[in-house]
Amino acid sequence: MHLQAARRESALRLTLAGDWNARALPLIEPQLAALDLAGAGVLEVDAAGVTALDLSGAWLLHDLAERARAAGVTVAWQGGRPPATVELVDKTLGHEAASPLAPRSRHEFKPVTALGRTVVTRWEAAEAGLAFTGEASLRLLRGVTRPRAWRVASVVRHVHETGIRAIPIVALIAFLISVIIAYMSAQQLLKFGADIYVVDLVTVGVLREMGVLLTAIIVAGRSGSAFAAEIGAMRLNEEVDALKAIGVSPMEVLVLPRALGLVIALPLLTVIADAVGILGGALLCRGLLDMPFVQYFQRVDESIGEWTFWVGVIKAPVFALLIAAAGAYRGMQVRGSSRELGRLTTVAVVQAIFLVILADAIFAVLFMEMGI
Amino acid sequence: MSPPAAAAVPAIEARGIVNRFGAQTVHDGLDMTVVQGEVFGIVGGSGTGKSVLLRTILGLHRPQAGEVRIFGTDLTRLADAELRSVKASYGVTFQAGALFSSLTVLQNVQLPMLEHLSLPPRALEELAMLKVRLVGLSPEAAAKYPAQLSGGMVKRAALARALALDPRLLFLDEPTSGLDPIGAAAFDELVMGLQRELALTIVMITHDLDSIFRTCNRVGVIVDKRMVAGTLQEIVQHPHPWIQSYFHGDRARRFGVADGA
Repeated sequence: MHLQAARRESALRLTLAGDWNARALPLIEPQLAALDLAGAGVLEVDAAGVTALDLSGAWLLHDLAERARAAGVTVAWQGGRPPATVELVDKTLGHEAASPLAPRSRHEFKPVTALGRTVVTRWEAAEAGLAFTGEASLRLLRGVTRPRAWRVASVVRHVHETGIRAIPIVALIAFLISVIIAYMSAQQLLKFGADIYVVDLVTVGVLREMGVLLTAIIVAGRSGSAFAAEIGAMRLNEEVDALKAIGVSPMEVLVLPRALGLVIALPLLTVIADAVGILGGALLCRGLLDMPFVQYFQRVDESIGEWTFWVGVIKAPVFALLIAAAGAYRGMQVRGSSRELGRLTTVAVVQAIFLVILADAIFAVLFMEMGI
Repeated sequence: MSPPAAAAVPAIEARGIVNRFGAQTVHDGLDMTVVQGEVFGIVGGSGTGKSVLLRTILGLHRPQAGEVRIFGTDLTRLADAELRSVKASYGVTFQAGALFSSLTVLQNVQLPMLEHLSLPPRALEELAMLKVRLVGLSPEAAAKYPAQLSGGMVKRAALARALALDPRLLFLDEPTSGLDPIGAAAFDELVMGLQRELALTIVMITHDLDSIFRTCNRVGVIVDKRMVAGTLQEIVQHPHPWIQSYFHGDRARRFGVADGA
């Protein structure tokens, strides 16, 4: 029992006992809340029996005293003054009736304001993105005349990180994709006895579209997120500011090596994905259609046009630039908190994949108009 | 308010601590005792393992050998679930504040309360605000995010969070580093005030000589992988060369210790 109340005429006497601390607070608080102060002229508090009094317990007593004061009840502490901890709380919080909490801002929905705000922020974001692209392009052009700015060691590291290390997963996915294409088309074409065209579908599908597109999507997930997170963490750590203060352009040492590394790595990964895709088709045609390897590769040779391979590979550097730009740009935007880092990394990946697919669609229309 | 019987138990008692990382031995049979109600300063050169010692005492790192008792409970033998309740009995501030950047100052203070106590909402709000006010921050600062605070305010907010569970024992890792001398003096003042009023036991790692002379009752110096501890007067007279150069360098002269005072 933490408190006992006894009424004597107009005086309410509280005898406190036990631990008045943070652990006991949930037990004591309802008892104090149930205390009826009405009609009492004096509230006598005897805290001599308290075995442990911490800030939480002291706050309860402070709160009780404030309540009594508000109800016009005089508080009389046994021994003349409250325990020291209670005095500390009194001193800290003062005798304001209401707690000095910051007023909660009320969220009213104003459609026009919301629309305006969205338009302005979107516009500003577009401007910032454009400025970023512009600065990156300028740096790149300036680098052409100044080979030192290319940071060969850094570029090589990023080719390793984004390219060499991605080979196993890219190869596996390319293999699985060719299996899917071959299996699906075989089911349909067997009905017409046109199973030889399975080879055409696999070859053209993998070389023109699937090889490069899926490689780019995997790389967007792997490296786009890594770029955003690395650069973002460096921003939180003030490393980016440190670079600027030393007089080194973050664009030059952080963004360009990553972009260049990816521009080199992604076409090479695409070639690997193409090769593995064709091989996967060969295995499946042999297993599913009993087509000998010789016949398969003969047909592959016939189905490949002058441009089939290049249409795929040409897209790779463009995709690489888009992925690097999305990752690096979002990373550079991180400020303040680790939550921002997570949010912008997510945005970077989603945007990179979106941009890759959008660019692929534009390429498709372009190549059709060009007749290749 | 603590009963006199409990005063006999040391707040911290570490015996024979051995910490090794690969071939490198950081602590080799280190002993350390902190009496209840005192302010104990831990001093040592860079790389002598002050932070490792702190992590060992906090139960964040298990030593290769030795035992750590906090209010009599041996941390090195506890399972994780039991460690949790010991961790609720002390407060820590980290060197860079380590405030949770996605939470406001008030929410930072409320987090340990939410995890360890089941408080009614009003008590949660007001108690957190009490701790924020207690360390000298304004109610406006309570609504701010750590990124919006100045260095001194971050230190104070970290102290408020360390006080969230009303601990009897407080660990401060370089509490005044990065503060200007006036700000550092004010922070020491604040810590000493709280120590007096709440009868806290405080262990602080510090490089700040001003701070040591202002606040510490006793000092432990990590030299040769062990700890030499004593009152300031005793330590200042200690013959070890590192301690001599630390307390008798030019910086220390203005405290009058170089003359053997």
